[in-house]
Amino acid sequence: MIDQDFTESLLSRFKSVTKRHHEDCLTLECDSSEVAELLFHLRDEETFDLMVDLTAIDHGELAEIRFSVVSHLYSRIHRDYLRIHSICGDNESPSFPSVSSIFPAANWHEREAYDMFGIHFTDHPNLKRILMWDGYPYYPLRKDFPLAGIETPLPADDVAEVTQASVDPAPMMGGPFVSTTDGNMSDSEPRAKDESWTE
Amino acid sequence: MSTKTVEVNVGDVGARGADASHQVDGEKMALNVGPSHPTTHGVLRLMMDLDGDVITRCEPVLGYLHRGDEKIAENMTYNQFVPYTDRLDYLAPLANNVAYAIAVEKLTGIELPERCQAIRVLVSEMARISSHLLGMGVFGMDAGAWTPFMYTFTEREKLYTLFEELTGARFTTSYTRIGGVARDIPEGWLGRVTHFCENLPKAIDEVEKLLTRNRIFLDRTEGIGQVSKEDAIAYGFTGPNLRASGVDLDLRKDKPYSGYEKYDFDVPIGTRGDCYDRYLIRIEEVRQSLRIIKQVIDDFPSGLWYSEDAKKIFAPPKDKILTSMEELIQNFMIVTEGPQIPAGEVYFEAENPKGALGFYIVSKGGGVPYRLKIRAPSFCNLSILEHMVPGHMLSDITVILGSLDFVMGECDR
Repeated sequence: MIDQDFTESLLSRFKSVTKRHHEDCLTLECDSSEVAELLFHLRDEETFDLMVDLTAIDHGELAEIRFSVVSHLYSRIHRDYLRIHSICGDNESPSFPSVSSIFPAANWHEREAYDMFGIHFTDHPNLKRILMWDGYPYYPLRKDFPLAGIETPLPADDVAEVTQASVDPAPMMGGPFVSTTDGNMSDSEPRAKDESWTE
Repeated sequence: MSTKTVEVNVGDVGARGADASHQVDGEKMALNVGPSHPTTHGVLRLMMDLDGDVITRCEPVLGYLHRGDEKIAENMTYNQFVPYTDRLDYLAPLANNVAYAIAVEKLTGIELPERCQAIRVLVSEMARISSHLLGMGVFGMDAGAWTPFMYTFTEREKLYTLFEELTGARFTTSYTRIGGVARDIPEGWLGRVTHFCENLPKAIDEVEKLLTRNRIFLDRTEGIGQVSKEDAIAYGFTGPNLRASGVDLDLRKDKPYSGYEKYDFDVPIGTRGDCYDRYLIRIEEVRQSLRIIKQVIDDFPSGLWYSEDAKKIFAPPKDKILTSMEELIQNFMIVTEGPQIPAGEVYFEAENPKGALGFYIVSKGGGVPYRLKIRAPSFCNLSILEHMVPGHMLSDITVILGSLDFVMGECDR
């Protein structure tokens, strides 16, 4: 298990690393410039060699620091996880140093974070969209992106030209927390109100 | 009509013909497999460059089954998300339900009664058996052996009948709730599970007779898709695929959850990490799951199937809602505002049939998660393809994909 000594040696070794309140596993905060060094150390010296997850959080449009990157490591020796929070500088065009050269597993995780949040991972070998199609104009997991989606051209131009179709937002009426507020309650029953379901 | 005769020097290039050999000499052929193709087990697309029959580049393209589960999770209450977890690894929905429920419970700090934990272990292991049965059967089919699939599918069908009896659904079970399970086990159900478990080894033996020493199967799988211990760790392999490469990591042993520490079972480890090892690991895991199920049933605890601490999360019994004011209010609050989960963050991984399924939940309090990240084992297990596939023959692709045993519903989320 991870003990006090382990944490303190990390804190003294890396200047920008601080400990954060945690409930389940040791949580560190680290400056983005020192993340690569910290991960190298954790992988080679401290047996945290399995990168299980890397993802991002959008703290909202109005937040002072909008994006942060969270990675989870697992050590088979300590039999425990370790979480690293890092802030992404620049809310408009966030960027973060890629760690895929240290952990090849991070390659796809970073592509996903880029795809969903628009975080640019510098020095990533193949930074392009992974779940959405190439050329998709939005970043869906950002908080300002609506759940229903936004009307977007089809990925295939030739199909779009023939069918005149586009990717439409999903009908939200009747979904969780969605009802009309005006009129009486029976009018805002999902099936009575939403005509789009029945053409 | 005049005919023209061209003399062709067959030589090395075989049927291509001498003229053609000039054109394709050193040139690579692009081949696209999928997204809808039997070997890709769903909607995975592979863009490959071939030099003759040898693959020189393989680029997986994902996202054809992307439904935005993480975005959806941010817009609904914790309880409402349970059915969405069915649709991750849809070959083992019960195991996903359990993993998600435990993640939220860890955030809340709910302790579960022993009976609930035992039920969860039981259904997780049954889900593992059903997933591995399909995985092995389909793997055999990918390697050209049709018959084992018939045996495993028959057994899987019996399991699904048991699931239906327990949860009301064969596939989309949605069985767990935050703080318990939806309902107690039906009367006599454990006896039927025991009956199934007594008969399963016979079917597994049949499959083993057909595959394990089958010359053709061995030739197609041995030494193919080999993943070294180092690569397996570096690319974030988990589950049977990781253990086939010789890494001893099973979260049921290393970080026991839901009372797994009470049961005695072995973790099979491979030595070479090739397709054949991955098959053997799954066969053995089915046998070990049967051992766990037997122990659970032999010592099945009595008591409640939900936690009494989870008052603000778990809906009270229906008869109480209809007769008692407090329970009525409680139910109303759970339905309208969602269960009240304290602020904080949690990461929980469960050892699912496909690998470690992780949920990273960031809560700011209230009934809706602020961010819910699903760490899908299939997603991580597939990321090695780019590195592992080049150098293999085109015909090996089916075997490699079959042995990795992935599900695109989980990969694309």
